[in-house]
Amino acid sequence: MKKTILNFLIITLAAIALNFSNAQTEIQISREGMKPIPVALDGFTGEAAEVLKFDLYVQGFSFVTPDAAQYLIHGSDSGNVIGTVTDKLARKVILSRSYNGASLRQQAHAFADDIVQAATGRPGIAQLRGTTARIAYKSQPSGIGPGEIYVSDFDGYNAQRVTSDGAIVAKPAWVPGRLALFYTSYARGNPDIFYQSLTSAQRRVIAGYSGLNTSAAVSPDGLKLAMILSKSGSPNVWICNADGTNLKRVTTGIEDSSPAWSPNGDWICFATVHNARRRLAKVPAGGGEVQYLNTAGTPSPTEPDWSPDGKWIAFTCQFGGEFDICVLPADGSAAPTVLVSGQNPSWAPNSRTLVFNHGSNGHQTLSVLDVFTKQYKDCRRATGNNSQPAWAR
Amino acid sequence: MKMNKLIFPLMIALAATLATTGCKKGTPKTTQIPGEGQFGIGTPEPNPPLPNGNPIEPGTGSGIGTGPGTGLIATSDNWDPANMTQDRAALAADTIHFAFDSAVVRDSEQSKLATVAEALKSDPNAKLLIEGNCDERGTEEYNRALGERRALAAREALAKLGIDPMRVRTISYGKDKPADSSHDEAAWSKNRRDDFVLCLPKTGA
Repeated sequence: MKKTILNFLIITLAAIALNFSNAQTEIQISREGMKPIPVALDGFTGEAAEVLKFDLYVQGFSFVTPDAAQYLIHGSDSGNVIGTVTDKLARKVILSRSYNGASLRQQAHAFADDIVQAATGRPGIAQLRGTTARIAYKSQPSGIGPGEIYVSDFDGYNAQRVTSDGAIVAKPAWVPGRLALFYTSYARGNPDIFYQSLTSAQRRVIAGYSGLNTSAAVSPDGLKLAMILSKSGSPNVWICNADGTNLKRVTTGIEDSSPAWSPNGDWICFATVHNARRRLAKVPAGGGEVQYLNTAGTPSPTEPDWSPDGKWIAFTCQFGGEFDICVLPADGSAAPTVLVSGQNPSWAPNSRTLVFNHGSNGHQTLSVLDVFTKQYKDCRRATGNNSQPAWAR
Repeated sequence: MKMNKLIFPLMIALAATLATTGCKKGTPKTTQIPGEGQFGIGTPEPNPPLPNGNPIEPGTGSGIGTGPGTGLIATSDNWDPANMTQDRAALAADTIHFAFDSAVVRDSEQSKLATVAEALKSDPNAKLLIEGNCDERGTEEYNRALGERRALAAREALAKLGIDPMRVRTISYGKDKPADSSHDEAAWSKNRRDDFVLCLPKTGA
C-alpha cells in the first residue's frame, strides 16, 4: 500500500513538472524557439512511417539514432498500426497501443496524436472530433485557371473539390465545429461571400452587395461573420449574423482587410492603413475605438489569425516582394517574431502549429509549421498552386 | 478500514493512469478508429444552381469625396453588368496605372479619365464597370482591398468630371487577373491598373 501511495505521489509530481515545462515552453515562443524533442522511430514502413514522420516533425519532434533519442518509438504496421513509446530517461514505457478500423493512414495519425500526448502532455493536431484534421484552401491543381475551393486532410491527402464554378475563389473559412464553409466566389460576376454546407452541398449567398464582399471570418461561437465590404465607398470590416442579417460596419479606415476574431469573440483583428503606413489593429466586435498593434520590425503586416488560446496573433509581413510568417503576443507585451518565409498563416487548435503557403508566385505550396521549433513540412500531395489554407477547428 | 477508504480512490486513479498509458506488459490497449461514415463530406459536385442571395443593395453613403481615394462615395447602383453587353475594347486604351501600393490617381492619368467621362456623356444609356487590379507584390486579400480602392478612386475622379456615380460599378480582382504574368517591374507596372469596361443595354432589351 505504501508503495502505491508513493507511486501516486511520483505521478502527481511528474504531472506538475510537466505543466511547469509547458509554461516555460509558452514563454519561449517569441524568443529563440525551442529545441526539437529527439525520437528514434523503428519498425514502421511505407505510409504509416511517412504519416508518423510528417505528424511528429510538424509538432516539434526530430528523428535521431536510438542513442541520441529521448523517446524510442517502436511498432509495426502489418495489417494494423501497433506501437510503444519508451521514455529512455525514465526507463519506462509511456505508451503501448494498437489501432483498429478505418485506414492505416488514419491509424497512424491516431498513434501520432497519442505519442504527442504521452510525450508532451498536450493534445496532438492530427485528429479532430474522430477524423483526421482538415484544412480548406484555394487550389489550382494544374497551376492554371481561376482555382476552386478544396478541402483535404491537414497534410494535403484526401483532397475533395468543394466548388466547380470556374470562377475566381478566395479565403475559405470554417464554421467552428461543423463541416461548413464560407468563401468568396466571383461566380455571379462579382466577389460575393457564399455559405456552403459540405454534407449537403447546399449553398447561399451571404453577402452580395455592390463592390467588394470578401474575407469572411466566422466568430468562435459560429453565430457571427466578420468580412470586408466596400459598399459604403471603402473596403471596411463589417459584421453580420451567420445568415447575413443584422449587418453593421465596425471600421471606417481608408482600406481595411483580413478580419480575424479573438477566441472570446470580443475583438476583431484586421489589417489597415494608418498615417500612410500599413498596420495591424483591433476593434471591439460591437464597434468602437480602433487600437493599433505593435508590429515594429515587420513591415506591411496583413492576414492576421488569432490563436485559439488567445495568446498569439500570426500574420504575414512583407520585405520588398518577399513574405514572412510572423507571430506577435496578442497582449502587445513584445515585438513580433519572424518565423519562416510564407503567407496566410492559420492556427491549428493547439495554438502552436500553423498551416500556411509559401513558394514563388503562381507556385504556392501548402506547408505545416511548428511555431516553437520553426520546423515545417510541405503538404506535397496538394499539387499545383495552393493558397489561403484554413485549419478546421 | 479508514485507511482503505482513503487509498481506494487513489488506486482507482492509479489504475486508470496505468490503463491509459499502458505501463503494464502484455496486450496493448486497442483504439477503434471510426471510418469517415457520417463525418464524411458529401459529393461536392456538380454545384447547385447559383442562388440569388441578397439583392444588390443601394449604398447609404452620401455625396462626393474631396480627393481621390477618400472613400466617401457609397457604391450604390441598381444595375448589373452581367445583364448588359460588355464592351472591353471601347476604352481599352484608357486603362490607368498606379504607383506601387498606391490608390492615388496620378495627374498623368487624368486625360484618360477625361476620355472615359466623354464616352459616358456621349451615350446616356452607357454604364461603366471599373476593374481594379494589383501587382503580385502583396498578399491576396490585401490586394483585393487595394484593387477595390483603386477602382473606387477612379470612380471618385470620374464623379468630379461630372459622371453620376450611380452609373459606375467597381470590381476588384486583386492580383488574380494580371495583364502580364511575368515577375519583373515592367510587368508589375502594367498590372497595377484600372481597366474600364463600357456596359451597354443588350440589343432588343
